[in-house]
Amino acid sequence: MSATKAAGRGRPVAASGVHGARSWRRKRRAEQAMVPPAEFRSYYGKPVLNPPVWTAPDIPGYLFLGGLAGGSSLLAAGADLTGRPGLSRVAKAGAAAAGGVSMIALVHDLGRPTRFLNMLRVFKVTSPMSVGSWLLSGYVPAAGVAAATALTGRLPRVGAAATAGAALLGPAVASYTAALLSDTAVPAWHDGYPELPFVFTGSGAMAAGGLCLLAAPAGESAPARHLALLGQVMEMTAFERMIRRIGMVAEPYHVGRAGTYVRIGQVLGALGATGAALSGTPALPAGQPRRILAAVSGAALIGASVATRWGVFHAGLASAKDPKYTVVPQRRRLTERAAAATSHQAPHMPPG
Amino acid sequence: MTAIDVQISKRPDGMDSYPGGQQRMGFFTDTSVCIGCKACEVACKEWNHVPEDGLALTGMSYDNSVGLGADTWRHVAFIEQHKPVPADGTQDGGLRWLMSSDVCKHCTHAACLDVCPTGALMRSEFGTVVVQEDICNGCGYCIPACPYGVIDQRKEDGRAWKCTLCYDRLGAGMEPACAKACPTDSIQFGPLDELRERAEIRVDQLHEAGEASARLYGNDPADGIGGDGAFFLLLDEPEVYGLPPDPVVTTRDLPSMWRHVGAAALTLAAAAAASFATEALAGRLGPGARR
Repeated sequence: MSATKAAGRGRPVAASGVHGARSWRRKRRAEQAMVPPAEFRSYYGKPVLNPPVWTAPDIPGYLFLGGLAGGSSLLAAGADLTGRPGLSRVAKAGAAAAGGVSMIALVHDLGRPTRFLNMLRVFKVTSPMSVGSWLLSGYVPAAGVAAATALTGRLPRVGAAATAGAALLGPAVASYTAALLSDTAVPAWHDGYPELPFVFTGSGAMAAGGLCLLAAPAGESAPARHLALLGQVMEMTAFERMIRRIGMVAEPYHVGRAGTYVRIGQVLGALGATGAALSGTPALPAGQPRRILAAVSGAALIGASVATRWGVFHAGLASAKDPKYTVVPQRRRLTERAAAATSHQAPHMPPG
Repeated sequence: MTAIDVQISKRPDGMDSYPGGQQRMGFFTDTSVCIGCKACEVACKEWNHVPEDGLALTGMSYDNSVGLGADTWRHVAFIEQHKPVPADGTQDGGLRWLMSSDVCKHCTHAACLDVCPTGALMRSEFGTVVVQEDICNGCGYCIPACPYGVIDQRKEDGRAWKCTLCYDRLGAGMEPACAKACPTDSIQFGPLDELRERAEIRVDQLHEAGEASARLYGNDPADGIGGDGAFFLLLDEPEVYGLPPDPVVTTRDLPSMWRHVGAAALTLAAAAAASFATEALAGRLGPGARR
């Protein structure tokens, strides 16, 4: 019936939309369907939006490295304040490397890399990318100086100032990338805007904690372990809240390539957090076994952060490429508004 | 502070007026008289030196340019519909053919312009939205920001391109190439307030003639993007033409986004502080405790 009915309703071949709904059902048959398959019309199933031209690994890598850098700068400042030189060195080196590479990734993804400095031509709060460019141009030098002074032992006062500066800017570097994605028409990114910053800072804390568990001296890594655990809980909670709130637009986070990345992230995060927690208890003999468990857990936490960023990135692309995620929520909004308008009109009607 | 912060004063009638007292100019595309000749597509390409972007046959009726992009600034959509044949059998076949020439909407609240980090996208004195190609660094942010899927990146060039509403022709007092080439006046160019009045009259005319499905799209200054500078008369739901049914400028939520980003940043800083504080407390409480 569908062919004639579709034509009767004036629908051009909406093949991809229907196909999208079907593949979602097939893949999730074992699990409870979250929303009924959506009826919608489209222009030959073509997307309404032009999908982002951003590419992996540049952009998801940039999201991950920003979180790793921001979290590491906080650990570095805390390590300096509490006298943990080993932790401080690892965190500062991690922050500087992550900040530097993220800058390279950002420039590399430009259509005209030689015009990178045009980013600093204006400052616009309406553009998270402009805000981020200015943030990074303060943060990356600070993190670099902090690492250089820590590793060479020279200019300790300059190093302390740079460490403080990087720690002040770090949380912003870790979280602004959520607004960068959300401030678009891409449904899976835009609709998740209240939770995405918490997913990203949680993920950043997890990665930074993981790095220090992996590389810092065992005797000094306890705060890194705490931060990683807090980060894992924050990321997981915020992500779950987002998925539950955004309805059918959450589908791209479950299926296809994005779904695979998200699931890998969740499993690695849970394993890494469990391992990290165990490595801090007397359940294991101190020394080698605990150190190995801490290092493996740290690596898993870093992997979890990477996988989550890749998952969020690809979910956005998928939601932009399928007209369903643009048309269905907007159509529903119009229907609800029309219904609200009629119910508002009712009291104005004369009684009787 | 920035290129977009020019003083935009409100006229008493609520319409925007632009620096120099220039009226806001736009397009009214009346799809009910579009014959699908694609003269607009060709005129646009010719005048603006837009490169060739593929000559493949898509099988989507007569549409082989598929949608708006870096190298397609006017796009004619072709929709074939089977309408029920009237009982008296006066109409043959029952086929309805919708044709519509799509273009950049030159939004009142333009997301592409808002998110552009270089200021390459700007508002012209005609109220149109234009990319300055000598400034664009190809960051690509405008592309997913556009709720209509208009602007895109030219691969071989790296920069973002879209309709300029023939900024050069407007400056010389001429109408845009597509409107000039349109043989049926489906594409009408003029001051936006005038076009809106004309469109209201036209839609009433069509309703009186029995075409109940006629509706205006993008004409309402109270909609999610503050009204389009280029708006349409359609004969079916917008999504049938590949247009979003209820577009909202993404930056409308940006203040809230920044608040959430700030809260998340503070939470991260607090989590780090707590991570060290826990350890300090544990160290004090238990002699010989960890660390």
